[in-house]
Amino acid sequence: MKKSFSYWLIYLALPIIVLAVWEGFDIAGRLKPYTMPAPMAIVDTTLDYIKNGKLWTNITVSFLRVLKGFGVGLAAGFLVGILSALFPKFEAFTDLVIQILRPIPPIAWIPLAILWFGIGEESKVFIIFLGAFFPIFLNTAEGVKSIDSKYFELAQVYEVPKPMLIWQIVIPGALPSIMTGIRLGVGNAWVCVVAAEMIGAVSGVGHMLSDGRSLSRPDIVILGMLIVGIVGKIMDDILKLIHKKLITWI
Amino acid sequence: MANIIEIKKLNKVFRSKENEVQALENIDLTIEEGSFVSIIGGSGCGKSTLLRVIGGLETDYEGEYLFDNAPVKGPSRDKGFIFQDHRLLPWLTVENNIRFSLPKEKKKDDALIRENLELVGLTGFEKSYPRQLSGGMAQRVAIARALANKPRILLLDEPFGALDAITRMNLQEQMLKIWHEEKITMIIVTHDIDEAVYLGGTVVVMTPRPGRIKRIQKVDLGTPRRRTGTPFTLARDEIYREFFSDAEIPIEYNI
Repeated sequence: MKKSFSYWLIYLALPIIVLAVWEGFDIAGRLKPYTMPAPMAIVDTTLDYIKNGKLWTNITVSFLRVLKGFGVGLAAGFLVGILSALFPKFEAFTDLVIQILRPIPPIAWIPLAILWFGIGEESKVFIIFLGAFFPIFLNTAEGVKSIDSKYFELAQVYEVPKPMLIWQIVIPGALPSIMTGIRLGVGNAWVCVVAAEMIGAVSGVGHMLSDGRSLSRPDIVILGMLIVGIVGKIMDDILKLIHKKLITWI
Repeated sequence: MANIIEIKKLNKVFRSKENEVQALENIDLTIEEGSFVSIIGGSGCGKSTLLRVIGGLETDYEGEYLFDNAPVKGPSRDKGFIFQDHRLLPWLTVENNIRFSLPKEKKKDDALIRENLELVGLTGFEKSYPRQLSGGMAQRVAIARALANKPRILLLDEPFGALDAITRMNLQEQMLKIWHEEKITMIIVTHDIDEAVYLGGTVVVMTPRPGRIKRIQKVDLGTPRRRTGTPFTLARDEIYREFFSDAEIPIEYNI
């Protein structure tokens, strides 16, 4: 669907107004560079970071961490979700532990993760895994449980072997819900990588933020925040697109 | 012809913590191979339960039920079952919905799929998703899916209940045509007297609480069947009286 010109006008109006007001404050001389830099200072910093390669390195470092942690979280969340939805005994066995661990924010695991794994890769991947696991697990289990049992009755009539039901009914039936879990999981993973990197890391977008603070360089901090926001939005857009391509039947 | 279904003294009770419901009481029914039988009754008369027993979807009962002279352990492809809802898998196209139902060695038999879609008049809809079909079309796919498995018997559980009158009549015609051509035994459960009389060579009348067979009536509308005319009206009136025999006869005024 092609959006009209007036749509884009409305869509971009608010960011433009924010920038204009911001620039207005700068012209009026109301901004102090060590607390709030002018918009142009951020553009300059961005160009610097592009030139010295730090921008790209920090983004890829954080992104790869997310990919690793999310990958493990997806595999585990999907598997545990399906198992606990299909086997009540498995659910009973795991339920209490999962329900107690679930409300603990992944960020609260950072101290323990650093004690266990140091400040290297593993501690970040572990935090990201926790952030991705729970939404994917919950939505997968919920999705499988919400599949109408009449489809299983139908499969009985046509003598469809049980293992095939996983591929033909369970996974496609739960897929819309699983995709929702994946979107939440990726969002969470991205939040977690920034948090983990802010507390203990020598690279990544989160490190940029804490670095900017210790150098009293709000321009670096704001650039880091913008990267977090923009990359997060792009990832979500890509997932929305995958969702649309994958689930064509609704 | 031989009997394909023999039910003797069949009782079925639904038990829950609070109460027991006698869904079927003392059912005796034999159905000849190749016949078209209608089972009719009000809600709660056990007609759907009886059909589910025949289809092997209910196996917990007392009494005897033989399908082709053998006891039934569960549902199977040779006992095709058409549910009230079309029950197509929404994530599969029409052809893949049929493919899903086929035995392993026939999964790749596209000709079989096409042939059965043609039989229900849906050539060209192979690649459609269920959401793109009307209710009547979706139910026809469900019928094609059952027929592709070459069932000995086709069980229809109020299959046209959710459809509009015109679509319903069209599908009734199609069922009769398929019955003539494929020579499959068919049993339809319905609460529509016209439908029961029009389709069934035999009409089984059931009454509720407990679910019992009240009467088994032969219907002969000749070939081809007609929805109008004396034989149809007579047969329908007779069934009609089965349901309203207990009701008071309207007061006649003598002046």
